Amino acid sequence: MKAERLLTPLSFLAITAAVIIMPAERSGWNFDSVISFLTAFATTVAIFAVITLGLNVQWGYTGVFNFGIAGFFMVGAYTAAVFTKSPAESEFVRYIGGFGDSLAFLPFLDSGQWLPFVFGSVAAALMAGALAFALSIPTLRLRADYLAISTIGIAELLRAVVLEERGLVNSARGLIGIPRPFHDFFEPDDYKFVYFGIAVLVLIVVFVAVERGIRSPWGRVLRALREDELTTAASGKNVFGFKMQGFIFGAMIMGIGGSIYAYERGSVSPDTFTPFFATFIFWVMLMVGGSGNNRGAILGAYIVWGIWTISLQLQGYDMPEFVRSRIFFVRDLLIGSLIVIVLLLRPAGLIPEERKVSLFIGRDTGPRPRGPTAEPQPPDEPPPD
Amino acid sequence: MVQAIVQILITTFVEPLTKALRNARERYPALFDILGAAAIWLIFAALVLWAITSEAQLVVIGIIVGSILALGAIGLTLIYGIMKFANFAHGDTMMLGAYVAFFVLTGTVARTAREDTELPWSIGSLPGALEPIGKLTFGYGLIIGTLVAAVVIALFLVALNHLVYRPLRKRGSSIVVFAVTSLGLAMVTRALMLIIWGPDPRVYVSGIHIADKYDLGFTTITLKADQIFMFAVAIVLTVLVYFLLFRTKLGKAMRAVTDNPDLARVSGIDTEQVFTWTWVIGGALVAVAGVLLALQTQLNPILGFVLLLPLFASTILGGIGSPQGALAGAMIIGISQEVSVGIDLSIGGLEILPLAPAYKFSVAVVIMIFTLLVRPQGLFGAKA
Amino acid sequence: MTVLEAREVVSGYGEVEILHGVSIKVEEGEIVTIIGPNGAGKSTLLKTVFGLLPCKRGKVFFGGEDVTGKSPQVMARKGMCYVPQSDNVFPSLTVQENLEMGAFIRRDDYRPKIEEVLALFPDVLERRYTRAGKLSGGQRQMLALARALMLEPSILLLDEPSASLAPNMVELVFSKILDINRSGVAIVMVEQNARESLKLSHRGYILAMGQNRLEGTGESLLDNEEMGKAYLGG
Repeated sequence: MKAERLLTPLSFLAITAAVIIMPAERSGWNFDSVISFLTAFATTVAIFAVITLGLNVQWGYTGVFNFGIAGFFMVGAYTAAVFTKSPAESEFVRYIGGFGDSLAFLPFLDSGQWLPFVFGSVAAALMAGALAFALSIPTLRLRADYLAISTIGIAELLRAVVLEERGLVNSARGLIGIPRPFHDFFEPDDYKFVYFGIAVLVLIVVFVAVERGIRSPWGRVLRALREDELTTAASGKNVFGFKMQGFIFGAMIMGIGGSIYAYERGSVSPDTFTPFFATFIFWVMLMVGGSGNNRGAILGAYIVWGIWTISLQLQGYDMPEFVRSRIFFVRDLLIGSLIVIVLLLRPAGLIPEERKVSLFIGRDTGPRPRGPTAEPQPPDEPPPD
Repeated sequence: MVQAIVQILITTFVEPLTKALRNARERYPALFDILGAAAIWLIFAALVLWAITSEAQLVVIGIIVGSILALGAIGLTLIYGIMKFANFAHGDTMMLGAYVAFFVLTGTVARTAREDTELPWSIGSLPGALEPIGKLTFGYGLIIGTLVAAVVIALFLVALNHLVYRPLRKRGSSIVVFAVTSLGLAMVTRALMLIIWGPDPRVYVSGIHIADKYDLGFTTITLKADQIFMFAVAIVLTVLVYFLLFRTKLGKAMRAVTDNPDLARVSGIDTEQVFTWTWVIGGALVAVAGVLLALQTQLNPILGFVLLLPLFASTILGGIGSPQGALAGAMIIGISQEVSVGIDLSIGGLEILPLAPAYKFSVAVVIMIFTLLVRPQGLFGAKA
Repeated sequence: MTVLEAREVVSGYGEVEILHGVSIKVEEGEIVTIIGPNGAGKSTLLKTVFGLLPCKRGKVFFGGEDVTGKSPQVMARKGMCYVPQSDNVFPSLTVQENLEMGAFIRRDDYRPKIEEVLALFPDVLERRYTRAGKLSGGQRQMLALARALMLEPSILLLDEPSASLAPNMVELVFSKILDINRSGVAIVMVEQNARESLKLSHRGYILAMGQNRLEGTGESLLDNEEMGKAYLGG
């Protein structure tokens, strides 16, 4: 029992130590390069944590089984990109939109430095939300596993559209040169810290929004219908409407995550949004951290992205050529095994869901007996006579 | 605010629509049932009739692809029906089967990213093992390789069942946990293929294969001997599965568990044993399917996941748990995919077909969602 | 001789305890009916005896042997068969295949037994190669009984065999139960239809709130005043 309780802090410390020590050792304990490595790492964690929070709203709180995260992530990233870029000019680079210049009209904080990005993120959220709205009509009534198959299929279909429709978002070559917020104000070397701040700010805003939403009466209905749709429907709640709202809310957060991802990278490419990377990794993050728990979702993003990063850092060490040339595949193997092991041995994740009923009642002590995914579902037996 | 907007959108657009549909469906359940199936069959029949007059060749290729898909889909539908979960690792397992056969045949593994190592001995070094049989491109070596792959994949899946799925079942995990776990195992399987054989596509036999012309009276088609072999193997195996399910005690027990696992247990049927055999049968079928697919296209670790959508589409279209449904579903998906990217169709000056090749697998997605809308239990599935 | 005995059985679903120490006894060749209000734990008792629910305390003896906590498979092998209240046939299997599944654990040639069992149920015999899903409610109940007989059990546990059947079907099902009993099979059934079932029972138990309330012969319970008021509708 004691060892169990140590698991969460220990895994946190182990990952933290590894992401500090490994690059430090490789760079010969050069402080600057370690800091810049850690900043990049933490920025990505913050971005992915936003998307994992979106998934937590959908799965952890609403019980919507979305296997098409890649689709919402991609729509968010591309929407933000085409909103902030200047219009396409070359016949080799074609894409729709390009509102960056026309949005830079506000005479505040030196035009064009911030407004397009806010617009881009809002548009990304709206587009991802609209996609969720459109998808929910045919799919949301389906059984959980049908919903998963449908969403994974639709995410792949969208990726095919991006790849194929050349005028849309420049197909397979993707978009490069996406403007980055406040980029011109700072030295290139300092900018990463600024962007880290922006990513963390977005994460905090999203975290607070989700926490408040989930503890509101609205959030209580969501969780009630996750546990038992029938009873919730019987108490007069429109199950479909609430499920749809949870699905859309989560998708909008994923869209915002996609937008800050696009600004951070400065480029987007359809290769990123494959189901294996852009859907699966967020599920691993949520399951490892503990679904139904926002702090768990963020911790999961940290731990999983830590493992991802560490496994690439291994390249700098002595190892057989056989492993070195396959380090990417070894990483995939690690992440794939990780989720299987977590679901087998610690199904509630590192931070299991707490039973928080309302802001006004406060918290029950102790973890919930069963998480949303995780622990035994009630046996499928008829009620006693 | 968002909530308010969504609420308005739902009440004005979605609810009247879904309510009307639901009311109609509740009032005339039988009618909707028949209409759904009729819509699917009619659309498909029209597609085939029209395609066969202009491009019979594509329909034939579609049948070949469909028969390969069927072998994979039958395994998937059995697992889905009997163990009640969507196995997202099935496509990658299919590819793994193809690679195991490749390894048995050639003894080749990747040493570095670009270089291979060959074992000193493999089935391919037996005398005449690579000698083409008749007009086929491969020798008996590949047939031995396929049989070994079927056994290896069956054992692999039984091992996974014992190590992973059974503990999850014992704990009473939900279908979602099973689905995420199987997606994790899909990733593991793909990573293993990439580690052992590298990312580059491979083929069993290189070189150009000559196709024969066949005169059908109204048109001629070309077919390779290998493709006829694929079709024959798929049909023979499907018949064997049918025989197993309807004529043997194990098969009947499998159908009984599909119907009602609790009653099966009450009747003294050892469901865990049935599960194990389901993995064996599904694994052997999907391994053979993988080899046939690699013969038709290539060996490529990333193909596994791409295959998953047509496999699931076939399963859902046919009706979960129904092997004859999986066969019909796979044929419909296979033919639709091939036809949609190969035939010109414009209606009133608007070009509808051909679709770009990138959309090939999207056809499966669209058919799947259409099925879920009009007939969720599939063509052959029992009513939910 | 006592075929089945449950001694102070405590059981329930998960954390929820339904039975707080129930005891019943079934002698060879008896029909025993268990009645009681909703939530009394009647079905729970059958499921616990058959090993579908864990027995938290108490003992179950079958043929003098302690079988507490044995799995349904083991119970079936030992000659105890159970017919659930609903979903008690395999709908996509034919009548014949349903019976074969009933005999799944038999290693010997069970084909004569199929003929023998079908002879008991003529209307099911007629539809031998029909899928069970197409049978009427009464026919399904017959098939469920027939399936349970395939193992030649020494005792049958029936969970509300007359539930949701048309009145004329109820009569038929009860007469079949009597026939089965006359061939030497002890029967324990849970029933809502207390009056009819007690009429054909040798003995009966009344459960309430997960505990034994009354027991006695079929007639004595029918004549019992308290019983009449509480469970037989006056």
